Amino acid sequence: MKTFKIGGIHPEENKLAKEQSVEIFPIPKQVTVFLTQHLGAPSVPQVQKGDKVKVGQLIGKAEAFICANVHSPVSGTVAKIEPVADFLGYKKDAVVIDVEGDEWAEGIDTSSELKKDITLTKQEIIDRMKACGIVGLGGACFPTHVKYMVPPDKQVDYLLINAAECEPYITVDYRMMLERADEVMVGIEAMLIASGAPVAMIGVEANKPDAIAHLTKVAANYKNIQVVELKTKYPQGAEKQLIKALTGRSVPNGKLPIEVGCIVNNIATAFAIYEAVQKNKPIIETFTTVSGKSLKNLKNYRVRIGTCINDILNAVGVPEDTGKIISGGPMMGKAISNLNAFTVKGMSSLLLMTEKESKRGEVYECLRCGKCVHACPMGLEPYMLHAFTDLQRYEDCEKYGIMNCIECGSCSFGCPSNRPILDMIRVGKNKTGAMIRARK
Amino acid sequence: MTPTVTTILYAALVIGAIGMIAAVILYFVSKAFKVIEDPRIDEVAEHLPGANCGGCGFAGCRALAEAIVKANTLDGYKCPAGGDMKAIAAVMGLEAAETEPMVAVVRCNGSCENAPAKVKYDSALSCQFATSIYAGESACPFGCLGCGDCVKACKFDAIHIDDTTGLPVVDEEKCVGCGACAKTCPRKVIEIRLKGKLGRRVFVSCVNKEKGAAARKNCSAACIGCGKCAKTCPFEAITVENNLAYIDFTKCKSCRKCVAECPTGAIHAVNFPPKKEAPAAPAEKPAAPAETSTPASEQ
Repeated sequence: MKTFKIGGIHPEENKLAKEQSVEIFPIPKQVTVFLTQHLGAPSVPQVQKGDKVKVGQLIGKAEAFICANVHSPVSGTVAKIEPVADFLGYKKDAVVIDVEGDEWAEGIDTSSELKKDITLTKQEIIDRMKACGIVGLGGACFPTHVKYMVPPDKQVDYLLINAAECEPYITVDYRMMLERADEVMVGIEAMLIASGAPVAMIGVEANKPDAIAHLTKVAANYKNIQVVELKTKYPQGAEKQLIKALTGRSVPNGKLPIEVGCIVNNIATAFAIYEAVQKNKPIIETFTTVSGKSLKNLKNYRVRIGTCINDILNAVGVPEDTGKIISGGPMMGKAISNLNAFTVKGMSSLLLMTEKESKRGEVYECLRCGKCVHACPMGLEPYMLHAFTDLQRYEDCEKYGIMNCIECGSCSFGCPSNRPILDMIRVGKNKTGAMIRARK
Repeated sequence: MTPTVTTILYAALVIGAIGMIAAVILYFVSKAFKVIEDPRIDEVAEHLPGANCGGCGFAGCRALAEAIVKANTLDGYKCPAGGDMKAIAAVMGLEAAETEPMVAVVRCNGSCENAPAKVKYDSALSCQFATSIYAGESACPFGCLGCGDCVKACKFDAIHIDDTTGLPVVDEEKCVGCGACAKTCPRKVIEIRLKGKLGRRVFVSCVNKEKGAAARKNCSAACIGCGKCAKTCPFEAITVENNLAYIDFTKCKSCRKCVAECPTGAIHAVNFPPKKEAPAAPAEKPAAPAETSTPASEQ
């Protein structure tokens, strides 16, 4: 079975919500749509207070190179445009819309019927990705159209679709594979046209056999799409690890996947591209797993962007012993410190950790046991990077490859001394990055 | 002579000859490559504290000494950490400029009482890291995070976290105003201000730039940018920008009118005698601190 070669860990899978089919979360009375929901510069607001908007109407325009359009997820009136605290508590510009009805903008196909034939050309597909505000829905939210602007001297050999879903608890990609396989395949076809790649490979972890079987059945109709079973190992879905597992190629340090002729996208992005290309529908919803060990009401929701996180939590009922609520998976997600924040593109999970589960153990001295070195999928020495950051020796951090860290958290996961290794490495990476930029 | 004696004699002669030749070579080499170091560098360095805190802007005390001797002036070179600048001036044959002592000031009122915690932080004890993952326990995105990066940065053991308030407290006796804590604070809560006569000084103890209501929501003693202090100030020392008042310590005459005016109590006056003596004080005060503030503005 294919996998990446070095490091990796086996956390408890806890795919608790895998049996719950995707439900549509009711449209709230008011939504707050952040103008920065992606990696890069904020989008520029296109509406004013008092304007009437329709579902799918452009409200934030991408003017910088690395930036994505933002669309109205509801129809109604713009109540205000002001800085609103996001789930970390920091204020970001947002458009607040009072919802009235559910009226869609013109030109968007709202029917649920499958549209198979792609009529757009390569450039038209890329333009459509940009117009519809498509970003990588695997978590990083990198504007997708930028990935497809391949430099003229490079060629794309493989289009890789990440359906590994290696983060514990999250099940939205799994549900998508079972429920939306046809749409995903058409999306991948469009991505093949856009990238010019001859073949697409979908990588799925072996712990989802029914998804693999279903995808393989559907993919049989498409001659250049293969479904590949991958070993269940975290972080199988990380970009560089996925490329290594599927193609055997290694992305050089500090380079992008295009260097080895690959483009990697998440399966949720493939579905969003299907909707954009075939239905002209921008990203106005996010697929979110609501899960947790003591949560009875496990859900996979399809939520309008801008819905208050608290509303979703109230709908499922927060168990009393909840210690921490996390946006994203338990390995790479961030703890939510402001529950009155709002859903954004790529918010793939709301994880309710129990008090017991979320508690960090007492921190002891490093034993030099080497568990973190063994676990690191990038072949780094996390305990050294931790020590160098502590000593503020950022030159040494750079020498020991801190910039290659993908922040997967495998090092902290197994540490018998409960050391906050990843936390410190993130600080060190930040400082070292600033040092390198200052040098230029 | 026996062969053994000859061997010893030869060996002694050969070693002696090599020694002589080496000595002659070394003599000429040392003449040719002589490094002339200004003896004043050592003398200047002797008057510096040797803590290598970096507060002067150089890598360490000796680097500052070298820079002073090379520049042959004291303009722009100053040890903030208690180096004897007068003695250095004497070594250099220059005149030392009068300098006013500076001190680190923590400009945050977000104590556990004023800004109650809404969430509990349990990650790495590093402000640098904490600021990257959340706004703070009280949800104020500008205030002190209380993880103690400043405590770690201080080379003089002059700043400590107070357990009851959760805020850092500066030990004025020990603080030399080198600015290491201000530099390390990711929120820029700490400012290096003029110590003031008898340590008396007035400052806005808040750096929150949010609008009044938003700031007050998280902290009862936040600056709400109302501008009352700026209107009251007879010396135009207070400016309000981005919903935040700032007292320019070079203009402030420590009259304390703003302190009484502030509706949230965000302006602090420290080291003043108890309030009852206040009526007598203003008469002499405008004159007295004026002396202290003039040289500072010249620097």
